[in-house]
Amino acid sequence: MSSGEAGLARVQAEGLPRPVAVIAESSAVVAFRTLLLKEMLRFWKVSFQTIAAPVLTSVLYLLVFGHVLEKHVEALPGVNYTSFLIPGLVMMSVLQNAFANSSSSLIQSKIMGSLIFVLLPPFSHWQLFGAYVLAAVVRGAVVGAGVFLITVWFAPPTFSAPLWSLVFAVLGAALLGSLGLIAGIWADKFDQLAAFQNFIVMPATFLSGVFYSVHGLPPFWQAVSHFNPFFYMIDGFRYGFFAQSDVNPWISLAVVVAAFLATAAAALGLLARGFKLRQ
Amino acid sequence: MCAAIPVTAAIQVSSLSKRYGTISALDDVDLTVEAGEFFGLLGPNGAGKTTLISIVAGLVRATSGRVAVLGHDVVQDARAARLALGVVPQELAFDPFFTVRETLVFQSGYFGLKDNGAWIDEVLENLGLAGRANTNMRALSGGMKRRVLVAQALVHKPPVIVLDEPTAGVDVELRQTLWSFIRRLNREGHTIVLTTHYLEEAQALCQRIAMLKAGRVVALDSTRALLARVAGLQMTLRARGALPASVIAHRIDERDGAVLLRLSQPTDVAQVLNDCAAAGCVLDDVEVGRADLEDVFLQITSDVASVRHGVAA
Repeated sequence: MSSGEAGLARVQAEGLPRPVAVIAESSAVVAFRTLLLKEMLRFWKVSFQTIAAPVLTSVLYLLVFGHVLEKHVEALPGVNYTSFLIPGLVMMSVLQNAFANSSSSLIQSKIMGSLIFVLLPPFSHWQLFGAYVLAAVVRGAVVGAGVFLITVWFAPPTFSAPLWSLVFAVLGAALLGSLGLIAGIWADKFDQLAAFQNFIVMPATFLSGVFYSVHGLPPFWQAVSHFNPFFYMIDGFRYGFFAQSDVNPWISLAVVVAAFLATAAAALGLLARGFKLRQ
Repeated sequence: MCAAIPVTAAIQVSSLSKRYGTISALDDVDLTVEAGEFFGLLGPNGAGKTTLISIVAGLVRATSGRVAVLGHDVVQDARAARLALGVVPQELAFDPFFTVRETLVFQSGYFGLKDNGAWIDEVLENLGLAGRANTNMRALSGGMKRRVLVAQALVHKPPVIVLDEPTAGVDVELRQTLWSFIRRLNREGHTIVLTTHYLEEAQALCQRIAMLKAGRVVALDSTRALLARVAGLQMTLRARGALPASVIAHRIDERDGAVLLRLSQPTDVAQVLNDCAAAGCVLDDVEVGRADLEDVFLQITSDVASVRHGVAA
């Protein structure tokens, strides 16, 4: 009897094999947790590149800009420039690294072909979204914390309303994590992703008030800044340090929540449709 | 005596078509793979095998038609269908950040399984990967990476296992290890669907075979019945001098200066040799063998070459 005949005979006599993965025993929570863990381990295993390097970049910004502008700029009343700059740099690191995490993970696995290992299992679009975005938030938080810990040496931190900073850090990272997901799904090549990063994320970050208060800008550019969601994320995060901001933090919160919901809806839509993931 | 348990088909493909613009990759395919079968899916490059497998796995969406895995529609009931299915992809893909064991633990977790270590160890052992469990994927040879791909497909012990050219470019040792393990799983009742370009593997392993060409099923039968379609013997002659007309009448092909003859019965062999000697032909080499699946494959795929129209190869 061939193995095929034996298999048929066995199935006819005893029913289907009882696999380890009895369907009812498969846990959606375990699946989600595993993908989240894998995404976090992915950046942790190359932490020199994904954590240490961005921390160093931010410290260099602080050294150069802080040293040059310390005596020339007072961005907020009663706040020296180095102290003003630190929350901006921390939040910039959080945002850029959250974006980098989800976008690079997706594009890398698309190009390497390993995305198939995530597409074959029964993940829902909610699980995929949750795991990728949460991992992005974690990386943003780890890099942000690293930048903050090192910059403490340059200026003693003040926390006037820390909960605001926490809320804006998490929401901002989630927003950029969702945006990274969209960029990673859309891009077919690394240079397309780099274009997204260089022509959208980077300018929006640098023009968001990381290095200056928008009150120092001419009226036209002040008005333009108010159309940039990154401005509200930085401003709201900074409010947690100094209880001073360019815009009422509740307005910033409303803008950031709305931007996150819009980005999340777009990312979930793409995942549900399998856009560029399932042909 | 126990009554037989009615079993849903492992894979049911109904009126399945897939078009990419004007190109038709699959054209109205109907196919049933019974639960517990060792089933072969053969065809030349571009026949639509991988497209069919990708639709079954939910990686590609059909233009029309329906596919069910153990009765679960791959679109409407995707979760249950995917849990029941393990797929070894054709492309050699891997995640460079992780070790072999981490890769398998993650894959197991993706299917919602925890505490699956015992089965993971068994898969590692059976595929000759136990000694490389803690090696980073980047450090593995191509053959070893292929073994990990197989292990990833088996890690949730799916009732239906699809192997898309699992032995492409790998050594004899892996083939033997792999087939021994897969045969065991099949004996235990797992359904196996295999695509391969190694037709001797398909002939030795598969109970039934479907042949695809240009997106359509051109043959679907038991391996035995397919082999019976090409009855007789195949004789290869390498000769100096013109072959007599009685021998030329048996000619089916010519390869590398050798003439291939199809003979209907063993007594024809002596007749051919006698005719060659009588005609003054000097035979440098003679080889006689039974027709195999490759002959069936060549005959079927060449016979149907002209019957398809508007279908991309």
